[in-house]
Amino acid sequence: MITLRVNGQTQSFDGDPSMPVLWYLRDVLGLTGTKFGCGVAACGACTIHLDGEATRSCQTQMSDANGKQVTTIEGLDPDGNHALQKAWRALNVPQCGYCQAGQIMQAAALLKQTPHPSDDDIDNTMYGNICRCGTYQRIRAAIKQAAGA
Amino acid sequence: MTKHLRGIAPPSSIENVSRRSALKGMAATGGLVLALTILPHRAAHAAAAPKWGADGMPHGAVNNPEAFVSIAPDGTVTIVCHRSEMGQGVRTGMPLIVADELDADWTKVKIAQATGDEVRYGNQDTDGSRSTRHFIVPMRQVGAAARMMLEAAAAKRWGVDVSDVEAKNHEVAQKSTGKTLGYGELAADASKLPVPATESLKLKDPSQFRYIGKEGTNIVDGFNITTGRAIYGQDVRLPGQKYAVIARPPVMGGKVTSYDAMDAKKVPGVVQIVEIPAPSYPMMFQPSGGIAVIADNTWAAIQGRKALKITWDDGPHATYDSQSYRAALEATARQPGKVVRADGDFAAAYASADKKVEAEYYIPHNAHATMEPPSATCRIADGKAEVWTSVQSPQAAHDLVAKYLGLAPENVTVNVTLLGGGFGRKSKPDFAVEAALCSKAVGGAPVKVVWTREDDIHNDFFHTVSLERLEAGLDKDGKVVAWRHNSVAPTIGALFVAPDPRHELNWELGQGMSDLPFDVKNLSLENGEAEAHTKIGWWRSVSNVPHGFAIQSFVAELAAAAGKDQKAFLLDLIGSPRIVDLGNVKNFWDYGENPEVYPIDTGRLRNVVELVTEKAGWGRQVPKGHGLGLAAHRSFVSYVAAVIEAAVDEKGKVTIPRVDIAVDCGPTVNPDRVRSQFEGAVIMGLGVGLMNEISFKNGRVEQSNLDDYLVLRISDAPRETHVYIVPHGYDMHLGGVGEPGVPPVAPALMNAIFAASGKRIRSLPLGGQLASKA
Repeated sequence: MITLRVNGQTQSFDGDPSMPVLWYLRDVLGLTGTKFGCGVAACGACTIHLDGEATRSCQTQMSDANGKQVTTIEGLDPDGNHALQKAWRALNVPQCGYCQAGQIMQAAALLKQTPHPSDDDIDNTMYGNICRCGTYQRIRAAIKQAAGA
Repeated sequence: MTKHLRGIAPPSSIENVSRRSALKGMAATGGLVLALTILPHRAAHAAAAPKWGADGMPHGAVNNPEAFVSIAPDGTVTIVCHRSEMGQGVRTGMPLIVADELDADWTKVKIAQATGDEVRYGNQDTDGSRSTRHFIVPMRQVGAAARMMLEAAAAKRWGVDVSDVEAKNHEVAQKSTGKTLGYGELAADASKLPVPATESLKLKDPSQFRYIGKEGTNIVDGFNITTGRAIYGQDVRLPGQKYAVIARPPVMGGKVTSYDAMDAKKVPGVVQIVEIPAPSYPMMFQPSGGIAVIADNTWAAIQGRKALKITWDDGPHATYDSQSYRAALEATARQPGKVVRADGDFAAAYASADKKVEAEYYIPHNAHATMEPPSATCRIADGKAEVWTSVQSPQAAHDLVAKYLGLAPENVTVNVTLLGGGFGRKSKPDFAVEAALCSKAVGGAPVKVVWTREDDIHNDFFHTVSLERLEAGLDKDGKVVAWRHNSVAPTIGALFVAPDPRHELNWELGQGMSDLPFDVKNLSLENGEAEAHTKIGWWRSVSNVPHGFAIQSFVAELAAAAGKDQKAFLLDLIGSPRIVDLGNVKNFWDYGENPEVYPIDTGRLRNVVELVTEKAGWGRQVPKGHGLGLAAHRSFVSYVAAVIEAAVDEKGKVTIPRVDIAVDCGPTVNPDRVRSQFEGAVIMGLGVGLMNEISFKNGRVEQSNLDDYLVLRISDAPRETHVYIVPHGYDMHLGGVGEPGVPPVAPALMNAIFAASGKRIRSLPLGGQLASKA
């Protein structure tokens, strides 16, 4: 039996311990804010926080999440008013929006480590998150706005 | 053949049923809801007259407010968006047009997404960069009609003449007394009034617009997207839902010879194995066939598929090999092709030219790689099927599902979710049919078909592969006196016609090739034969990508050969401001528009070149190893020019400090979403130039996922992208926005790389071509 906390709630799981956390979140818990993009940790759409660290949930097995804290986009802020979420809306960052939960989760981890990131800091941290619509310029601007830069 | 070809039952067969379901759908909403008598916009036109714009699309446009607007007693206005949202902002822009003419308070507007029902809503094929250009007028009419009905209701209530009342900001006021009634208070009365005739509608003077063309409108799905609440096709969840992944033939046209599912059935959670029938030619939007594994969750389905043992008959395309295919394209391009357009005497002018330049450009297949891989969910109960999916073509999905399930059209509903990217991929609803077949196989229980990224990369409807050969003769002053272009590329037509037509279709050639806007007296525009060995599909801006890349690269090569500045040379080649005469081009396809309304206007093309070069500081000093490149291209009846600054370091690594891009797309509805489309087109176009490539070997795609099919990442993206929109009044017709930004980007990049390094890249993508061997 695997036990973990998801967005502050304790959950237990007795299925295939090799199931990626991504599919557990999406298919078992119904937390579909965490997106499936590639399944091989190449696009960042599935980014969650595992014990506070930005992690690709498609390459994290349930057994690796045992005893850990998982935060998804749904749990980032109770009212959806994290500084990044507000900046994302103010600058109309999203186009199709599918990658944006992963982008925001990655950016939230960045801001914890580097409260005032430069363009280089942003590129070096966010390069693993693909946006096919090409919103990169606004992602940089929104991260800086959220950082109060 | 046009872009909306579907190969399915004619529209008339679904008319009655859709109308019935439409009525049913409206009954629950209350307020401004009327008995529905839909008169498709195009019904007024004589059948024989040519049909342009929305009228030329299946089911044309509908301007009836009963289909699009409902108002609740509390004043909440619900506006239906009938086009699919894939990031272009249509769920914001289209309702905004209605709200403006309705003079509604945008904060009291809710958006509802239409099901696939073109009789009710008009054409829903969300592609071809035409939503706003086709529907700004019908949507204005929808809003104006609803506003006039509210005014009439207020006048009736007060017993005054309608000339004494005026709708403004969500209420109707009596001018002489100043008393008011809110829209919610009037909705029920208004719903009993007749819809005003189109001819009687009083549209706003554009000076009175409160939203259209204005800054400050946020996208309507912003909150849901940033909080993870937004629902895409991949996110649909129904009670009792199963999940399916499908093993599809690795080669187009391949079939299952035999399979062994014993191990797959042993995987915990696997419920059922279902064979999906192989398609027949022409492929159209049929599923590829294969073996579906249905399970309790996606992971179990994926594990089950891994355990399948399948023997494939690869069929006739098993030897498709990109390397040898390229050689064949080159050989074809060097021979005369079918003449598409001939002006003057190319051969004589070329023979006597002072200087001859020739070049060949290669553009490989590309995959759409939408961030959301395709997905659809279907449930069948009581002889009715309901589908939830992210498609650009909900009516085609509807009709295909009905056909495959053998259901009457009225018994199929297609709900459109948000699309996690489209780019033309989701115009093909093959995955909706797969979901329907899987649901049917499990007795109608809801089944979600999930495409993995590998499925997406291997089974896409790929962007064509192309070899473009150009030859030009210059006179002693460096002026172009002869121009030959032979375009060789497998056609999208092969998807719809068997046998393969082997020539680019009229509308593919009309995408930046046969519509060449240059002032050159002696032209020979040709198209050589090419056979399709995979499914070719529309990919953002379609044939404009290879045509624009080749032509705008060649212009820079000619400028260099003539020893002239690229901008001056390009403007000289475009020539004086005029309407281009396309000579002997038959049935010129002008993006489905009337060429008299949307002529090829070199004045507008020149203007975007002037604008972008001025803004970008064309001719400015750039650091060592940097260079500026320019390209201009008309597509989707819009005019775009880009200047790119590229830097090439000593190891051959390319970076892009800055991009400037200017667009003349006529007047705009939501300028922020126009800018965002061009920002995105720059990223996509740079991907085409730098890294996108799909190749085939033994009939199979060699790439599998986003770690080997490379797309642009933030670390590759320019630090500065500037978008300039040419301002226009609303007396001018709108052009496309979603696609026309892409074509000029790759050539502007390669022209910049040439300026920076002296190296000319003619084969896309750049990849490691500049990498130093040291």
